[in-house]
Amino acid sequence: MNEPAPAERIAIRTHNDIVTARHAAREHSARLGFGRAYQTRLATAVSELTRNVIQYAGEGSCLIEGQNDADGCSIQVTVEDHGPGIPDLALALADGFSTSGGLGAGLPGTRRLVDHFQISSEPGLTRVVIRIRKAR
Amino acid sequence: MKIPILRLGRILLVSIQEDLTDTEAMQFQSDLVNEVAEIEALGVAVDITALDVVDSYMARVINDTASMVRLLGAEVVICGVQPFVAMTLIEMGRDLIGADCTFNLDQGLEQLKTRIASRGDIRFAGDEDE
Repeated sequence: MNEPAPAERIAIRTHNDIVTARHAAREHSARLGFGRAYQTRLATAVSELTRNVIQYAGEGSCLIEGQNDADGCSIQVTVEDHGPGIPDLALALADGFSTSGGLGAGLPGTRRLVDHFQISSEPGLTRVVIRIRKAR
Repeated sequence: MKIPILRLGRILLVSIQEDLTDTEAMQFQSDLVNEVAEIEALGVAVDITALDVVDSYMARVINDTASMVRLLGAEVVICGVQPFVAMTLIEMGRDLIGADCTFNLDQGLEQLKTRIASRGDIRFAGDEDE
């Protein structure tokens, strides 16, 4: 029942790695029994976060960890980079704000797709942790 | 990977069959816009049934492509947005896809046909060869 679900770390260096990361997120969530709505949300969230890595930091990593316990299961994804950091987190989390000419839906949009969203950023380390959870 | 653009008279059909990288998405955009101009297409149907993730970047590429095609003078319709893709896009907080959409390619072609006919300038492209 409590078997450890697999974890996977994906290096994010090129645009191809964004595709790899979102596929991995979907596969892990499917394997743990999340429905397609959750799979799509998680894959989309991972796509947004890993693109930010490429766009703002050049490279980073994406760690996908599944967890099964007595109450249910969850997937946590940690996306990290060692780029310049986000100067104003509140602004970056506001709808419609973008420094890159995007739609500005990235971070605030991602936050709405997941059950848990945590971000910390300083020059040299930006880390976003997201999680979706399903009760048994 | 290059996305094939099929020509049906002066209608262009594009079916995106696999998940695109950002670079491939931009390539698709410029290929399609160029082809529309080249043949002075009357309408374009873009089928995204096979896409199970459309993030804000891909949504923007699709939106922008549709706007560019309209600027050139062609009608455009997006076909086959998956239900979970629609849910996710709206949950992200934006009406990310502003173009007209239909359930499938069949309906997309019907809609293009109607819109092109209502412009009244040229007969439906599919009839041209007859």
